[in-house]
Amino acid sequence: MTRKQTRTTIILASLGVLGLAVGLILYAIRDTIVFFYTPSEIAEKHIGPGTRLRLGGLVEKGSLKPGDNATYVFRVTDTIATMAVTYRGQLPDLFREGQGVVAEGSLLPDGSLAADTVLAKHDEKYMPKDVADKLKEKGVWQEGGP
Amino acid sequence: MIAELGHFALILALAVAAWQTVAPLYGAARADRALMASGTMAAVLQLAFISIAFAALMNGYVTSDFSILNVAENSHSGKPLLYKISGVWGNHEGSMLLWVFILALFGASVALFGQGLPQSLKARILSVQGSIGFAFLLFIVAASNPFTRLSSPPVEGNGLNPILQDPALAFHPPFLYAGYVGLSISFSFAVAALLEGKVDAAWARWVRPWTLLSWACLTIGIGMGSWWAYYELGWGGFWFWDPVENASFMPWMVATALLHSAIVVEKRGALKIWTILLSVLAFSLSLLGTFLVRSGVLTSVHAFAVDPARGFFILLILAFFIGGSLTLFALRAPALKAGGLFAPLSREGGLVLNNLLICAACAAVFIGTLYPLALETVTGEKISVGPPYFNLTFGPIVLPLLLLVPFGPLLTWKRADVLPVMQRLWGAAVLALVAALAVLAFTQRGPWLAPVGIGLGVWLLLGALAEFSQRIGLGALPLANVWARLKGLPRSAFGTTMAHGGLGLLIIGVIILSLWREEHIVSLKVGEKVEVAGYTVTFRAEEPLQGPNYVGRQGLFRITKGDSDVADVISEKRLFAPGNIPTTEVGLLQTFWGDIYVVLGDAGNDGGHVVRATFQPLASWIWVGATIMFLGGLISLTDRRLRIGVAKRAARPLQPAE
Repeated sequence: MTRKQTRTTIILASLGVLGLAVGLILYAIRDTIVFFYTPSEIAEKHIGPGTRLRLGGLVEKGSLKPGDNATYVFRVTDTIATMAVTYRGQLPDLFREGQGVVAEGSLLPDGSLAADTVLAKHDEKYMPKDVADKLKEKGVWQEGGP
Repeated sequence: MIAELGHFALILALAVAAWQTVAPLYGAARADRALMASGTMAAVLQLAFISIAFAALMNGYVTSDFSILNVAENSHSGKPLLYKISGVWGNHEGSMLLWVFILALFGASVALFGQGLPQSLKARILSVQGSIGFAFLLFIVAASNPFTRLSSPPVEGNGLNPILQDPALAFHPPFLYAGYVGLSISFSFAVAALLEGKVDAAWARWVRPWTLLSWACLTIGIGMGSWWAYYELGWGGFWFWDPVENASFMPWMVATALLHSAIVVEKRGALKIWTILLSVLAFSLSLLGTFLVRSGVLTSVHAFAVDPARGFFILLILAFFIGGSLTLFALRAPALKAGGLFAPLSREGGLVLNNLLICAACAAVFIGTLYPLALETVTGEKISVGPPYFNLTFGPIVLPLLLLVPFGPLLTWKRADVLPVMQRLWGAAVLALVAALAVLAFTQRGPWLAPVGIGLGVWLLLGALAEFSQRIGLGALPLANVWARLKGLPRSAFGTTMAHGGLGLLIIGVIILSLWREEHIVSLKVGEKVEVAGYTVTFRAEEPLQGPNYVGRQGLFRITKGDSDVADVISEKRLFAPGNIPTTEVGLLQTFWGDIYVVLGDAGNDGGHVVRATFQPLASWIWVGATIMFLGGLISLTDRRLRIGVAKRAARPLQPAE
């Protein structure tokens, strides 16, 4: 086999693998990404029930209610709108009322979020950047604050 | 005083690095032997100065000298000694110092052990190495000084983030950095080769051990990180496709590709240009990883630097080295002479396919990691790309790669025949197929990944063992001959078998754990129990807890199976002294077939505690597999053909046949 034929084979194989990768990536990017919203954005954008999303904001003070069977209900606020979140499982160590939280899950018909993942990192170093940015936009978050 | 000494040593190291960048390069252009030789001295001096600085910072941590800002912010006098030491790199400034320390260590090793290298090549390698050191030392001295003093030192420090106070995590950064930085050597070799305009077998023989060392360190570093996430974060997962994890996984993948393509350059003189490109890409991804995790672009426990100026500085370094090396590649690569011919079906062809698939998988991870960042910068829209994306893209690319792995070592160079290879693998193939069919029968209409993944894992493991046993003639020759062959086998053959077999174990563990973990989240009062995968977990007591630098409470659990006790495990809720930061310790029982994973949660309103009890089938196989891969890398490294300095001897015309 000549050098040219070898090269052609390699180039064809590369194009095949490249095509496969690009196809998979385009397909997956469309179907699997999750958007990040604050409660007021969800109210504005009229997002339909069943949509998977990430909700960010502060855990409203006094809203956390442990339910039966390891279920928790709490409200997430960006001080303009609030939204109820239900979560079954263990809340993260750093989860606190009045602190930042990101919950991922799907929207229920009653407008609340059934979360399967809850992340809480509130210390100034570990505050989820998404939440801090949105809260800064709304003027609620102070750098170095709680 | 010692801190000032450290700071001064850093500045001296910066000056030496500047000399190391310029002098040998100029010397190589002018064929000035004295200037070229000065690179060796500079590399050794640089290591000496950075060692002084590193020791000075470590001294600050061990003696809890809170007049140093960095120590005051990140240490605490009540911490155990191990975490005082690991605290040195548990923060931004210290971790950058560790980075340049390892860089200088490797640079000096090339300088000292590289006597067999052609003088101009060595001078250029040291110069490139010096320029990387210069850039990062400049960054440290200008924007990230670990020795800044406080005018009024506090009585007590702020402490290290408690979730970082863990043995696996104490050693995770040094290993990961050794891996990242080791790739700088391959990078320097590649850039020097581009400057020289020459790549030969001796070059590849030099690049391989460094790539192998980096690969092994990355493997164990990533493994430790994943192990830590598994039992310290308390979520019970081992890999989250988090951008920070991907940042270390991408250089690992390209290093794996490089490891394989360098073999082709060494043995057959082909794929030279491609190997050079991979060397450049591997280190570029290491730099990108450093940038992503250290700049604060990504939010995580790794993002120490919140100062945007620092992120910008690292971005400049990144742009300079990646842009510069790729430009040089575009200009000079066409001048490199292409090497040996080979048929598509050959060992070379197999390694090309290996490289193609690994690079495609890496590209999928790259896009999934950077797309959210790019989208946010361009449109301001925030998205997250999670495991579903990676399962859909990375999975289908990697499955065919895994299918092909056992064929690789059996293919002959230049032109291979399928039939003899199939003959040697049919046993492994039949058993893998039986395993897949058994899983299919057992799961009925379960996920298609179960039989495919497990079949592939068994195929990898048995394929590796089959190749190895045939090499030593097991079953075909008398035992005495087998023993003689085993002793005569090159160490790299053990390495290949262990790396491929370990990968098989890891895949089996990953698939089974992902598909069949069984989790129960219940509210338990003391005395109540929960059933998990045939085991009974009883909540026996809740007690207060007093540790060296934390207080808290612990839940005592007894695990029983049928009527017999299996083990007692303890899950803890700790509150760490400065700031009352809470962490959770998992109660973990590890067995061959799986782990029982018990996590004590908060008290509920009914007087019970939320308890999560999980059965994690074959969990330990994942880390056992990774450790075997790591050890395989180390054993390969001791192969006498790869021994550092062998390049000189390899130049002799007579070589024993393999």
